[in-house]
Amino acid sequence: MLITVAGVKKEVKDGLTVSQLIVDEKVETPMYVTVSVNDEFIASDSFESTVLKDGDSVEFLYFMGGGQ
Amino acid sequence: MITLKKSDYEKILAYAVSELPNEACGLIAGKKYENNKTIEKVYLLTNIDHSNEHFSLDPKEQLAAVKDMRANGLVPLGNWHSHPESPSRPSEEDKRLAYDSSASYMILSLMDRKNPVLHSFAISGTDSEKEELVIV
Repeated sequence: MLITVAGVKKEVKDGLTVSQLIVDEKVETPMYVTVSVNDEFIASDSFESTVLKDGDSVEFLYFMGGGQ
Repeated sequence: MITLKKSDYEKILAYAVSELPNEACGLIAGKKYENNKTIEKVYLLTNIDHSNEHFSLDPKEQLAAVKDMRANGLVPLGNWHSHPESPSRPSEEDKRLAYDSSASYMILSLMDRKNPVLHSFAISGTDSEKEELVIV
């Protein structure tokens, strides 16, 4: 199936989960990454159970914060 | 070296002042060539911590900004935030939460309201190094 990851179209296997995609994409510091699928944010405890579908658009956002 | 337009500096400053006493924050995007970065657009985002000591970017606004960068052929260059009551230098928390060693972390100090100070830093682990910042 074809999905879009960070604006780039990619062919991936059917049944791919968000967790697997994080591994495949070699996402650094995944504990600090927020994932959106079709502009909907996915809770981190749902990464394992969220199965991607053909045509999905996925974005990885790194948490950005700090303090003085 | 990192280059920022004066109009964008003024945009950041005005927003940071408007958000006092809380920290303000946002993203920077532009072009990168070897060690030179040119900021072509600054993004003013909501600090969802609404705090004078912490900031976290609003993820929804962050997502919209990333899409806007892509649509405009810009690359993410880093982020900026204000320190309402402390100098322009990365705090321990700033360093701890700086995950991207290739990013620029700009800090605007409003400690002396009449003399705001903006510096840009590269942060890697517990080390930070001031970058040459040129405002044109």
